[in-house]
Amino acid sequence: MTLRNRWRKTLSYIMLSLTGVCAVLAVSLLFVILGYLIYNGGRSLDWNFFTKLPKPPGENGSGMANAILGSIQIVLLATLIGLPVGFMAGIYLSEFGGKTFAFLVRYMADLLNGVPSIVIGIFVWTVVVRRFHFSAIAGALALALILIPITARSTEQFMISVPQTLREGALALGASKWKTIATVVVPAAYRGIATGMILGVARISGETAPLLFTSLNNQFWSGGLSQPTASLPVMVYTHALAPYDDWHRQAWAAGLVLLLGVLFANIAARLILSRGIAVQK
Amino acid sequence: MATSATVSAPRSGGRSFVQRLRSGDEIARLITLAFATSILLVTVALVYELWVTSALPRQKFGLSFLTSSSWDPVSGQFGALPFIYGTVITSAIALFIAVPIGVGAAIFLAELAPARISSAFTFFIELLAAVPSVIYGLLAIFTLVPLMRDYVEPFLRKTLGFLPIFSGNIYGYGYLTAGVILAVMTLPFIISISREALLEVPTEQREAALALGATRWESTWQAVVPWARLGIFGSIFLALARALGETMAVTMVIGNDPTIHASLFAPGYAIAPIIANEFTEATGDLYLQSLVGLALVLFFLTVVINALARLLIIATTRRGSAHP
Repeated sequence: MTLRNRWRKTLSYIMLSLTGVCAVLAVSLLFVILGYLIYNGGRSLDWNFFTKLPKPPGENGSGMANAILGSIQIVLLATLIGLPVGFMAGIYLSEFGGKTFAFLVRYMADLLNGVPSIVIGIFVWTVVVRRFHFSAIAGALALALILIPITARSTEQFMISVPQTLREGALALGASKWKTIATVVVPAAYRGIATGMILGVARISGETAPLLFTSLNNQFWSGGLSQPTASLPVMVYTHALAPYDDWHRQAWAAGLVLLLGVLFANIAARLILSRGIAVQK
Repeated sequence: MATSATVSAPRSGGRSFVQRLRSGDEIARLITLAFATSILLVTVALVYELWVTSALPRQKFGLSFLTSSSWDPVSGQFGALPFIYGTVITSAIALFIAVPIGVGAAIFLAELAPARISSAFTFFIELLAAVPSVIYGLLAIFTLVPLMRDYVEPFLRKTLGFLPIFSGNIYGYGYLTAGVILAVMTLPFIISISREALLEVPTEQREAALALGATRWESTWQAVVPWARLGIFGSIFLALARALGETMAVTMVIGNDPTIHASLFAPGYAIAPIIANEFTEATGDLYLQSLVGLALVLFFLTVVINALARLLIIATTRRGSAHP
């Protein structure tokens, strides 16, 4: 073997091993993040965290019950607005869309999807908060605006992948188009659609920036949906930046709860999808 | 394809409007159309509101809003340059770190790894992409900042200190730390989209290179990667768009100093962080509208970059399907 060939072989080994190192490095980041949060958050997590209100620094028995409830309220409301709108728009894009208008809607959905979430927050502030005041509803609207394009595009994608022959079969039996969609196409694609929806909801649950100027924050129980409301992501942000050690511990605990919730939803969504593909085969 | 065309033709031509209305099809179409239109209207409203609400600084400063580097709310001077600079420089640092690692990892997952390892790794990478931004910020404050302050930045200053970007005081909070955390956050996007682009490359491409006597690496680097380069560039642009608009993690570590520094160690500012920090505290219309103006700048930046990314990704998948 000539020297040059030996060098080529060696280079090949070196570069290929380096790509492996890159991949291991990237994956290990996830475990470092998870491990660090479990270590720090686990130490600070106790029953009070889920049942008590935040207290001034230095006092024991502080919790984030209001932020947990607030997050659930805001995300639930955003889901109730965002999922139906996104789902129906997705059906239009996949089943009824013509060429030009569907292209335009698709383009706008992708554009909206790429808008930084803080810009969405500003938009909702100009439209809603400026006219009324900071509220859980405004926060939910901001999150819904993030959820709608995600749901629309994923619904469309999974409905398009339903074989055309299924639609033809239903139409040949005399079913109307909407009946075909409601009883054949959507059921055939529902695992994919559900996966897209869960991923979307998981994504908005962790969003912080759009809540900063919409639902704001609150150290106490919220006075209702039209009042400023605490949420877990905003709590993590404010507590991590505060100069108190016991607030830092609260931030770790809140971060752990948030991360576990988001990762759990992601894993569940992917399990639904992978099982769905197995059944279809 | 022919069968679907014959079936879809009668839906509009075969029956009259009244017939379609009676069977419910027209109603279903109109309802879904209304929801689809709402996406269009919201996006248009977003651009309109941002434009109208940032009219004051446009009238007062004109284009110098973008080029002035003084941000002084007390004297009513608002220039966007320090923030644009911070956004661009932190995103550049992020890509500088994330692109080699991300493309390397994508090559490993698409070309080398056994199917089982590749799918497991891809699953973990997708989970990494789902971690909320504020969690990255939390980790960055308590782990990355001390690490950069005590080890990485002193080391860089000792070895590369003759460069102005690696000199000056070390704080831990600054452009470099923000860039590093952005690199971690954009990595999953680069990996998963580059991996898909690499998987689109036909096997013949590899076999031809190997048959000519290329080593495994030469075949990968000279035959496979060039074929997928548009998709890889697309993933990089997508990561860039993410990095530009990323708010929480950057806000927590960039240091919040609205002046331009040559040193990457110095605390700085970026567009999204200044909006996050000052928007609720802004007093007076000009101050508030200047922040909305910054949001508009950020919006246009990400729209352009996203459009480029999408064009590149579409271009590769089209070409991939054209050569089966």
